[in-house]
Amino acid sequence: MKVVFERPKSLQATKTHYCPGCGHGVIHRLVAEVMDELGIQDKTIGVAPVGCAVLAYNYFDCDMQQAAHGRAPAVATGIKRALPDRVVFTYQGDGDLAAIGTAEIVHAAARGENITVIFVNNAIYGMTGGQMAPTTLVGQKTETSPYGRDPQIAGYPIRVCEMLATLDGPSFLARAELTDVKNINKTKSYIKKAFEMQLSGKGFSLVEILSPCPTNWGMKPKDAVDWVKNEMVKVFPPGVFKEPKEG
Amino acid sequence: MEKVLMKGNEALAEAAIRAGCKCFFGYPITPQSELPAYLAREMPKRGGVFLQAESEVAAINMVYGAAGAGVRVMTSSSSPGISLKQEGISYLCGAELPCVIVNIMRGGPGLGDIQPAQSDYFQATRGGGHGDYRTIVLAPSSVQELVDLVYDAFDLADMYRNPVLILGDGILGQMMEPVVFKERPARQLPPKDWATTGKMGRQKPNVINSLYLDPVKLEEHNLKLFKKYQEIEAKEARYEILNGDDAEYFVIAYGICARIAHAAVEMAREEGIKVGLIRPITLWPYPKKAFEEVLPKAKAFLTVELSLGQMVEDVKLSVEGRAPVYFYGRTGGMVPTAEEIFEEIKKMRGLS
Amino acid sequence: MSKIIIDKDRCKGCGLCIEVCPKKVLFFDNDMVNVLGYHPVAAKEGCIACGFCATVCPDVVFTIYREEKGGK
Ligand SMILES: Cc1ncc(C[n+]2csc(CCOP(=O)(O)OP(=O)(O)O)c2C)c(N)n1
Ligand code: SF4
Ligand code: SF4
Ligand code: SF4
Ligand SMILES: [Mg+2]
Repeated sequence: MKVVFERPKSLQATKTHYCPGCGHGVIHRLVAEVMDELGIQDKTIGVAPVGCAVLAYNYFDCDMQQAAHGRAPAVATGIKRALPDRVVFTYQGDGDLAAIGTAEIVHAAARGENITVIFVNNAIYGMTGGQMAPTTLVGQKTETSPYGRDPQIAGYPIRVCEMLATLDGPSFLARAELTDVKNINKTKSYIKKAFEMQLSGKGFSLVEILSPCPTNWGMKPKDAVDWVKNEMVKVFPPGVFKEPKEG
Repeated sequence: MEKVLMKGNEALAEAAIRAGCKCFFGYPITPQSELPAYLAREMPKRGGVFLQAESEVAAINMVYGAAGAGVRVMTSSSSPGISLKQEGISYLCGAELPCVIVNIMRGGPGLGDIQPAQSDYFQATRGGGHGDYRTIVLAPSSVQELVDLVYDAFDLADMYRNPVLILGDGILGQMMEPVVFKERPARQLPPKDWATTGKMGRQKPNVINSLYLDPVKLEEHNLKLFKKYQEIEAKEARYEILNGDDAEYFVIAYGICARIAHAAVEMAREEGIKVGLIRPITLWPYPKKAFEEVLPKAKAFLTVELSLGQMVEDVKLSVEGRAPVYFYGRTGGMVPTAEEIFEEIKKMRGLS
Repeated sequence: MSKIIIDKDRCKGCGLCIEVCPKKVLFFDNDMVNVLGYHPVAAKEGCIACGFCATVCPDVVFTIYREEKGGK
């Protein structure tokens, strides 16, 4: 019998604390599958954020560091500079990466820091109970934008890939959506590409993943997936924003 | 052994390289700029990493990453920058990561000025970050001692898996003095088998972390840290007593201030006042023992600081009301002269 | 021939797999409550081992095998 699917060995057997239908679980699995496929589990060090994925260090079966809120790119920089032949990735939410950690991500990208960033954009602060994130859509209701995000008061969502694409440092920037089988597979192919960039020393790579948070969006899992597809994608167009020229 | 004339900041940097520091992360600020500049020149030539971070916040978190990866790592800054590093210091303590943090103090609060000060004593010894933690704090008073303490700082950090702060000031950092970089026998240090280096064949992943969601676990963790701090208090407190043998009065001062205070003590001695100097070398753990030593014969204490009175609280805690404790300080980057301190010594004698 | 193994105690009942299954062989087993407190997913006959369910499942509930071509 041929194995069509099994748990990747870079993912621990532990059950996760994520809510039903949460995108984090799928993204963890994709990262672990890529680690397996590239044979890098033994030399990879991951950096967990502050956010719903704070316990990622219990889930990945590789060495892990837990970073202060938003500081994962700086922590990863420290690891990578100390051990340049290891593979280093951060796993960060939108609040972590695009609000409190904006300086750290921009400068890691600008330096072309040879790390890989897995950026989970769920347009909300999941862990703290659904407050407005830097990626919250205009009009989106959250705990702290109860009447819908009003640009007059709270400005506009940040498009991280587009912003970082203005820099010379990044080698690979892509945005994917966790909506259906095809797009989940595409997400994985981006993640793989991002790690390959690091392995070939090309510098900073980031994959932004539009990911459902059914709990704090107040939706059923299926509806949350549809909301990614119908609403988030309009504001955050998926695609590749930067990649090395062929040849 | 060869003596070389060096600025404090540069001597510190050279000592760090010789002590095996592999990575330095920092953000520019006066008056410590010669230190990163020296490392920017030397680190690449000598197999190390120098990286200018985008902020002190980033720098201290780079320190966290590199320390967690098992290498010797240092950052340096001055007061406002050290304020920004507090978050990272709290995490480093929680995750028990060894590193060396240099604070070449300047006047505050706020942007203050760039003149020498000792007004970050509370921040250094009480912890400016959140949580139940301690950092070892070393306070050299000469360029030579600065160099020697850099080696100790890295060793202490590794021995106890804890950040070590070196507290200097603008004068010490800028001062040129002859120094010898002594070859030191390698200390027996615990292996860094906890470091996240990639599993590299290891069965279980290593995790660097300061999160313990279960309060039972966090209390356990904090009690473990506390035990470590108690051990440090028992073993690592350091001080020097000068002119102490027949002394009835004592001046307490650290760092550069201790040198000025010592000059004042010498002046007082010439006038026949039996005064000695207690110079704490570790500010945490605070050398209470020095006070136990002299209390039987001490009539009064005078604390002198480049602040409006911070260490004086530790002096009072050490004296425990058994003798009067006086204070003299200048602040905002002003430095007292030996004559000013001499006057205060005379006052102390008159009052007690 | 294919074989699908469902680690029922991992299932959180989000239903994403049920939506995506082209053969509509997955359903909630309402007679059972797993350790997490959910009615876990179960499978009827007819799975073609396409792996879609495993791809969308956030909780790594499925292990899927397929008979190799030419094998039995
Ligand atoms: C310095 C600091 N500020 C605030 C918090 C509280 N906090 C924890 S998680 C979080 C937001 C996380 O949101 P995001 O990064 O989007 O991750 P998600 O939970 O959505 O995956 C905040 C504000 C903290 N832990 N530390
Ligand atoms: S709150 Fe949202 S992001 Fe966090 S685990 Fe639940 S569904 Fe996922
Ligand atoms: S493998 Fe395909 S056919 Fe089989 S249960 Fe899963 S989705 Fe349905
Ligand atoms: S997708 Fe996974 S967790 Fe959700 S119902 Fe199906 S098996 Fe259960
Ligand atoms: Mg979020």
